[in-house]
Amino acid sequence: MVKRALPSRDELFHLLDAVMDPEVPVLSVVELGIIRDAEATDDGVTITITPTYSGCPAMREIEAEVRRALEGQGLGAVEIRTVYSPAWTTDWMGAGAREKLEAYGIAPPQRHSSDELVPLLRRAAAIRCPYCKSMKTEQKSVFGTTACKSIWVCNDCRQPFEEFKAI
Amino acid sequence: MTAPAFFDYLVRLGDDRLVLGHRLSEWCGHGPILEEDIALANVALDLVGEATLLLKLAGETEGKDRDQDALAYFRDATDYRNALLVEFPKGDFAFTIVRQFFFSVFSLLQMQALQQSNNAELAGIAAKAVKEAKYHVRHSAQWVVTLGDGTPDSHARAQRAVDELWRYTGELFMADDVEADVVAAGLGVDPSTLETAWRAQVDDILRRATLTVPAVNYMQRGGRAGKHTEHLGHMLSEMQIVARSHPGASW
Repeated sequence: MVKRALPSRDELFHLLDAVMDPEVPVLSVVELGIIRDAEATDDGVTITITPTYSGCPAMREIEAEVRRALEGQGLGAVEIRTVYSPAWTTDWMGAGAREKLEAYGIAPPQRHSSDELVPLLRRAAAIRCPYCKSMKTEQKSVFGTTACKSIWVCNDCRQPFEEFKAI
Repeated sequence: MTAPAFFDYLVRLGDDRLVLGHRLSEWCGHGPILEEDIALANVALDLVGEATLLLKLAGETEGKDRDQDALAYFRDATDYRNALLVEFPKGDFAFTIVRQFFFSVFSLLQMQALQQSNNAELAGIAAKAVKEAKYHVRHSAQWVVTLGDGTPDSHARAQRAVDELWRYTGELFMADDVEADVVAAGLGVDPSTLETAWRAQVDDILRRATLTVPAVNYMQRGGRAGKHTEHLGHMLSEMQIVARSHPGASW
């Protein structure tokens, strides 16, 4: 019997690129940057995930989706490891992810700011409206419908929209 | 031997966040405006998320087959180790915000220091929590200034909250044998070393908010030793009833 070659890390990442984030369904878990490692051995596959936020309620769903994507591949048992360090940052998002977010109506995260804490932020710097591209936008709340987003409104097209927060 | 002390220490860290997260979740559907309702629920979710990780690690450290759910749902009030500050009912919006501000500044300093813990798991949880706590500090500090330097009514409510809560802030910085053991082992941080930085930041925001620190010389304590106010038992009875009525249930 010919032994089947084990898939490489890249091949596993390619398989996982079909798993979409349940809360931002235009981004795969790979594009989101939460898949940190993937390894196949004769015993099965180990996938290492770093959640975006400690209490992210989508984690269970994401783990189930990752399992589903791999279990049909005949790779053996799927083990999912969760690591918290180094902590996830929006800088890990893939190159195409920012364009996909904007096209979907979510302003992409700005580049991660310095680690310095500014307890009283001056009015947040305006970001571009993903709908009409105006810069006349205003932040309404730093907390949005999910932990990873903030709420904005465009003063030109009057469209409320969300921004993926830089962390 | 540091294992029991490290367990106690992790339970203190976890319980502060679990109890405060639960109190905050009581605002869900009752926030003063929609954005704030969502914001408070988001902060609650962060805190309960942090508590989940800390209590899970506590259970693993203890090695008696208790996971985060066993620790959250099957301990009585006398076994909880949160500071008294976090267990009071949510009060009005000013009370919630002022408490949130006091705790968030403390939590950020504590988690920043814990990133250097010898325990890699705890250091990782802390690194994650630092990012979240920065948002919490910013959110609550902005509200403290808005309320304190706002209308006569919002100012009075914010000042009343500061007056009521101040005597419970001291317990956050009190250290006993548990902290001494984990500090000696390089696992934890001595909270008393955080007080100067906490006070500087709190004073700065309160000044901008035109709020004053009350003349209180005695700081209440008890929570870290399991001596709680009557409020915690009521909160836990509500939080734990489903898990205790249907032990082992999953959904």
